Amino acid sequence: MVDKNGNYKVIGTRPIRHDGTEKVTGQAIYGGDTRFPGMLYGHVLRSPHAHARVKSIDTSKAEALEGVRAVVTGADFPPTTADDMIDLGEGPTSLKSMRGNVLALDKVFYKGHAVAGVAAINAHIADEAIALIEVEYEVLPPVLDVRQAMEDNATLLHENMTTTAFGEDTGKKSNVSLHLNHVLGDPDAAFASAAVVVEREFTTATVHQGYIEPQNATAMWKTDGHLTVWTSTQGAFTTQKQLGAVLDHPISKTKVVPQEIGGGFGGKIPVYLEPVAALLSRKTNKPVKLIMTRADVFEGTGPTPGSYVRVKLGANKDGKLVAGEAYMAFESGGYPGSPMPCGVMCVFGCYEIPNGRIDGFDVVVNKPRSFAYRAPCSTQVALATETVMDEIAEQLGLDRLQFRLDNIAAEGTRRVDGMVYPRIGARETLEAIRDSEHWQAALTGDNQGRGISIGYWFNVGLKSAVTASVNKDGTVNLVEGSTDIGGSRTSIAMQFAEVVGLAAEDINPQVGDTSSIGYTDVTGGSRTTYATGWAAYEAAHDVIRQMRERAAKLWECEDDQVEFDDGIFRHSGDAAKKYNFKELANELDETGGPVVGNGTVDPASGVGGSFAANIADVEVDLETGKVGIARFTVVQDAGKAIHPSYVEGQMQGGSVQGIGWALNEEYFYTDDGNMANSTFLDYRIPTALDLPMIEPIIVEVPNPGHPFGVRGVGEANIAPPPAAIANAIYQAVGVRLRELPMRPERVVAALQAQAAGG
Amino acid sequence: MSKVHIQTKINGEEVEFLCEPRQSLLEILREGLGFTGTKEGCNDGNCGACSCTVDGVLIDSCLMLAVEAEGKEIATVEGLASSEGLHPVQQKFLEHAALQCGICTPGFLVAAKALIDHNPDPSEHEVRHWLAGNLCRCTGYDKIVRAVIDAAQEVRASA
Repeated sequence: MVDKNGNYKVIGTRPIRHDGTEKVTGQAIYGGDTRFPGMLYGHVLRSPHAHARVKSIDTSKAEALEGVRAVVTGADFPPTTADDMIDLGEGPTSLKSMRGNVLALDKVFYKGHAVAGVAAINAHIADEAIALIEVEYEVLPPVLDVRQAMEDNATLLHENMTTTAFGEDTGKKSNVSLHLNHVLGDPDAAFASAAVVVEREFTTATVHQGYIEPQNATAMWKTDGHLTVWTSTQGAFTTQKQLGAVLDHPISKTKVVPQEIGGGFGGKIPVYLEPVAALLSRKTNKPVKLIMTRADVFEGTGPTPGSYVRVKLGANKDGKLVAGEAYMAFESGGYPGSPMPCGVMCVFGCYEIPNGRIDGFDVVVNKPRSFAYRAPCSTQVALATETVMDEIAEQLGLDRLQFRLDNIAAEGTRRVDGMVYPRIGARETLEAIRDSEHWQAALTGDNQGRGISIGYWFNVGLKSAVTASVNKDGTVNLVEGSTDIGGSRTSIAMQFAEVVGLAAEDINPQVGDTSSIGYTDVTGGSRTTYATGWAAYEAAHDVIRQMRERAAKLWECEDDQVEFDDGIFRHSGDAAKKYNFKELANELDETGGPVVGNGTVDPASGVGGSFAANIADVEVDLETGKVGIARFTVVQDAGKAIHPSYVEGQMQGGSVQGIGWALNEEYFYTDDGNMANSTFLDYRIPTALDLPMIEPIIVEVPNPGHPFGVRGVGEANIAPPPAAIANAIYQAVGVRLRELPMRPERVVAALQAQAAGG
Repeated sequence: MSKVHIQTKINGEEVEFLCEPRQSLLEILREGLGFTGTKEGCNDGNCGACSCTVDGVLIDSCLMLAVEAEGKEIATVEGLASSEGLHPVQQKFLEHAALQCGICTPGFLVAAKALIDHNPDPSEHEVRHWLAGNLCRCTGYDKIVRAVIDAAQEVRASA
């Protein structure tokens, strides 16, 4: 039986993932691989302007092209006056803006904004038809910078949008949709008492999740009104909910079949193509498939917000933080609703700061509507806080790691935004840095420097469902509702296997569609192994309960005389009577038929956040300004690592995304709001050649809010790298960079300013 | 648009197809012939998800026209495993957990096999250099590089 402190048989081992063979042989069916007889192919017309009023759309020439079967625009949405808020699991969005983002209604708010969709007998004809759609635009000046957008005389994107502040509509027309404010204690008095106060400004560019698989959707709208959509999504039910809202279609007639998904990182939660494919299918009565080009992905899907962040920290002469203040403005893109509130939660998430003030602003600009990207908004704020922490340690003459340890958040710490921590592993994460071989090792070359940092993600719980059907041979078919982006089928199945005393290989986990499993929220928020794994744990206990009844029937005893321990059912009064799980499974047909267990969860508390920390060694080329990563360590608190290889994989992958964000990646805009680098050649994510091995150290501080102590590990790891690298550059060459990306020209400029005495 | 008749060999089998001159090999593989193991990530030669070999040379199939396949021998991910089981690169990718979402995996496997065919004992740097044309956004490459080095060792041991 499972014991929180005992030894596990399955958990902590490294079985080969259940979907592995399909994925290394090319047999796994991803969204873009979906094919049906008679299927039509679509394309989407996108705005060439960053900001414009749509005066008219003439689709007649496109419709007349041979091979074209249908054209749709925003006018094809069913009429509605409702503007409900729709919960996407990682933040709500309004119906009106969701529709407008799928197909522009009367204005376009960014270059790449979808305007019309075409279905044709092949993709080339659809492409030609797109060029024949005539759109008359009234081009408006674009607003491309978050601080400009906040100015009183700024061009307004949404003429009637007003700022909500302190929970109330201020009535003030502005590009600022939301202002959040938190105050703890008396920050002004605390700053006045501080021995050292450091305040710095930081800016970060818009960056993209950069999943390798473009968005795709295939829809079939049958004549009886039943709509089925096959797509690559982080949440089948979230897609169903959005489709129902955008199309004003009952979710009982909207089925979403999640195909294998080629990366998401938060970017495959909102719908883009799904409603367009559905409208085209309804018009043609055929299955319609849409796939984005890479440029469509960059220009038309939610990147993560660019930001302006100002952080001020004050410490006393003993090296204790006394006050913190953060001002953060995030670009939500063409519609309001950036993940700014997450930045508010994370900015001081690593430390005990008794007095503080945080102001967060969600600001519309003429860029793609931003969405979640792995620990959304935590990376931007970690850059600020962790750089300022380094500077304070230096001014006080303290060891930068000890200074962090002396102020680290712990159980009972109240964050400036109000949250009080349960048991967390922030201290253990930093201690693992201190105790690592890397921290003790010497640097290996000239112009090298070592930086450290720590980052935080709060993790979410949300709803999950699992069903488990016991087979006659004692294996179990497990259906779960979480789409599997990185091996979560296996981590969920392992938790089930641990409870029932089977091997991981005895479980056959499958991702269900919206008609085959209970409601399950998105694969996001680092919740899948935590919450859906917990649902599997509950389903396993349901199976055990039912099987004890079957054993009782066979032994003609009371249910409570059947004990289950370590995979064996035993008669408490007769040591000779016992079945292992497989033996008893073989008796199900004769004792009442199938056993199907269910597990559902909606953890309201006990989610348990995760902390990740880095040691980054960089080498700076003084001539070119190029920063190379010489050595890199990532530490993260996993609570309990269910499958350590995939935990390490999350840590390594998140680290490298953070490294790309730090050094290479940015949306490069021309003055008229065109993204000038919408290819993987020019928007350069790290390649194998850019990197060393990424050394993972898993810390396990069990989460008391989970049966196995799990903390989600998907996200916190992206937060610390830019700060660790910035701090390392300072150690290497003595310049502080506070703007991402830290591309070569910025490094050179900083070195030149330093040489000039600046 | 009139179509061109092409005769080629894919994974050792004779294949013929009709294609438009503007269609890429990738499009014909995926949409025409059902070889959907070869993935499309960018369609402009920058991600490597569509990696195949043509007469043993590693290519991006999105950058080759289907008509150029006439008389060539094409190898895709679907041809890596045999009736005896997975190729060592496939097996090592599984053992090392060298895939997360798996969309880039077919391209990496084809590229890795081409590397080992070309250089049976690659160093870490040589693996990283050879695979620099294949983008992975999930793994940070660490486990991929280890899997390829291990697979090369396995291929050498069984040679």
